[in-house]
Amino acid sequence: MEENKKAINETEAVAMLHQFNEDLLPKKFGKIGKAWVALLCAVFLLGVYCYIIQLRRGLVITGMRDFVFWGIYISNFVFFVAISLVGSLVTAILYLLKVSWRAPLTRLSEIIAVAAIIFAGLIIIVDMGRPDRVVNMVLHGRIQSPIIWDVMVVSTYMVLSILLLYFPLLPGISFCRDHLKGIPKWQKRMYTILSLGWKNKPEQYKLVKKAITILSVMIIPVALCIHTVTSWLFASTYRPGWDSTNFGAYFVSGAFLVGSGGVVAGMYLLRRFNPSYEKYLTNTHFDRMGKLLVLLAVVYAYFSINEYLIPAYKMKGEEAHHLHELFTGYYAPMFWSVQFFGMILPIIVLLFKRGRRPFPMFIMAVLVIVCAWFKRYLIVIPSMSFLPVQEIPEAWKHYSPTLMEWAITGGSLAGALLVITFFIRYFPIISVWEVAEEKGVSTDIIYKHLHEGNEK
Amino acid sequence: MEEELNKPGIKTNRKDFLKKGLFAGSVLATGAVGISSLTSCSNNSGKKIKVLTADGKLVEVDSNVIIEAHPCCAAPAKESRKGIPGKKFVMVIDLSRCKHALKCQDACQRYHHLSGMNVWLKVFKMHDAETMAPYWMPKPCLHCDKPPCVKVCPVSATYKRDDGIVLVDNDRCIGCRFCMAACPYSTRSFNWEEPQYLSETKGAVYSPELGFPQKKGTVEKCDFCPDMLRQGKLPHCVTACPNGVFYMGDLNEDSVSNGAETVRFSQLMKDKGGYRLNEILGTEPSVYYLPPVNRLFPFKDVEITKENTEETK
Repeated sequence: MEENKKAINETEAVAMLHQFNEDLLPKKFGKIGKAWVALLCAVFLLGVYCYIIQLRRGLVITGMRDFVFWGIYISNFVFFVAISLVGSLVTAILYLLKVSWRAPLTRLSEIIAVAAIIFAGLIIIVDMGRPDRVVNMVLHGRIQSPIIWDVMVVSTYMVLSILLLYFPLLPGISFCRDHLKGIPKWQKRMYTILSLGWKNKPEQYKLVKKAITILSVMIIPVALCIHTVTSWLFASTYRPGWDSTNFGAYFVSGAFLVGSGGVVAGMYLLRRFNPSYEKYLTNTHFDRMGKLLVLLAVVYAYFSINEYLIPAYKMKGEEAHHLHELFTGYYAPMFWSVQFFGMILPIIVLLFKRGRRPFPMFIMAVLVIVCAWFKRYLIVIPSMSFLPVQEIPEAWKHYSPTLMEWAITGGSLAGALLVITFFIRYFPIISVWEVAEEKGVSTDIIYKHLHEGNEK
Repeated sequence: MEEELNKPGIKTNRKDFLKKGLFAGSVLATGAVGISSLTSCSNNSGKKIKVLTADGKLVEVDSNVIIEAHPCCAAPAKESRKGIPGKKFVMVIDLSRCKHALKCQDACQRYHHLSGMNVWLKVFKMHDAETMAPYWMPKPCLHCDKPPCVKVCPVSATYKRDDGIVLVDNDRCIGCRFCMAACPYSTRSFNWEEPQYLSETKGAVYSPELGFPQKKGTVEKCDFCPDMLRQGKLPHCVTACPNGVFYMGDLNEDSVSNGAETVRFSQLMKDKGGYRLNEILGTEPSVYYLPPVNRLFPFKDVEITKENTEETK
């Protein structure tokens, strides 16, 4: 690294910085971008509309009943919490391990984390029978309940993630404030407020770097906690499929996998719609993320084997019933598709160098994400269905989400994507100063010249 | 009126019966009767009833305007968390006497004004293996001494009292349904929509000991009828059962009663080999079962679905 830095002389470096700034400033959306925003808004508003109906009529509009009392709201919550873990993986774990290629990926992974954790919090309120009493958790909160643990760690993680997104963003916001031309007044005001008077001073950078280090150390245990505690919501009960001591590690490993899939998909789409990003999100980045995905998928496979095969060896009463439904019964097609397309196929494809090129990587990442969503469905729902129960209407024995339920869930997914989309529209999604450091530009030059506009 | 009260088994219009029953009950038990908005009364039954007002006047009003102000002796929410001093309630269910008459369930549904789908007391057909003989098993809430539902509740809406009863406060419940996930006996139900029989319970003051009026978006379950226990009476399922299947009593006094006979709890356990459900889970239920030996009735199979249990009502 030291040699690298010296190799770049000052004029070269300044030119490079100017080029970065030019390439990475947020740009107005084209037609596709606008259509994408319109579509997301429509889906989101439909979800909001259906939620208002749910508020008025009650949870009866869902497919849930006394028998299967948790549905896709909960599995979607688990999905959101899972995908949000990637923020800590890329920004904190890779940062502390001094993995230099992570620089252009940090902000993308952090905004995915922030968007997902916000909507995780919202969707869990959607699932509540009495959202009007959410304040009871504070007034009458019982520390013995895993739900209270979850509320505590999820909100802590949300705050840490937002800070970890925000602090490294300060130079970027102030650059937008000073150099974005022809923007509406409110946008300028927003930059002014959010930049907190950033002056691009070396001391400020030092503070930000210190803050990032502290936050990175703090966020790792909290990230492990959010998903472990989320798994305990299930593992603390007696139900087959949930009553497992393997659940925490199993959930966390799956979470890192889906989150990394999310980052890869985001990288591909950014490049696809803004070719100037190709210089920063290079094929090498895809190659490295591909290797990371393989590692994570193998770890996940290990915990999955623990989770399913050991109970299947014993075939204990209710557990056997549950496993039969997953392996050969009603849920078998979904179960095996998810295992194959969401875990085994990505491992095979990404082991080859040709498989780690951007397009095949994108396909694998989408498979990982979609399968991860359905995997959460398979973790949550079958544990409640198919138990031998009597005295309930036939229709209660099988859960299938209603259209309203899909609309609300879809609305939450669209909402999270909207947060990410708007962020990309208004803020630099790749951190210029971190990328410049990665490329070997000395910090002195960055502090001195980063903030210069490219006067043309 | 007295006559009507004394034959609850008669198939009368359920709603009608309830109103009269409630009214008569309140006059006899507490004498506290409230008269709801006399002016807004739209359908006169034409039947006049004499009631005693709070200030001691005897007035005559139409029977349709009468609702119960203090339906029974249920304690208010805060007090209901303590339990009845010195008691430790236990129930014993004698499986050798159950013939699936469902009178217990009927009474439970009626007195708690339960909506059709929410059933607190279920009667299951137990037939675990082909080689075993089938039998009927009533299953209320087991009021565990180590209740998993109470452990997981984030707001203490469900709680364990000193007298062994586990209750739900539907004024506090946030509807997360974690207790339903935690209960290994699946005894809890949820009000997915606005409760059906709200009109019947209109004006009644809610108490966790009463279990009604139900509220949308909250969890409910069998409560051991603490309002009856407070009056020294037996729960509705116990008195409704024609075969004396249910015994209710106090562990501290070592006595349980099914209405017809009062016996020593420990002796009953000893003589008939009492046991509890799923002891392996460590939940320590307050409900004991006596094994289905020397049965009073031959097992007569009925296809039990929710649909035909509804019909029997």
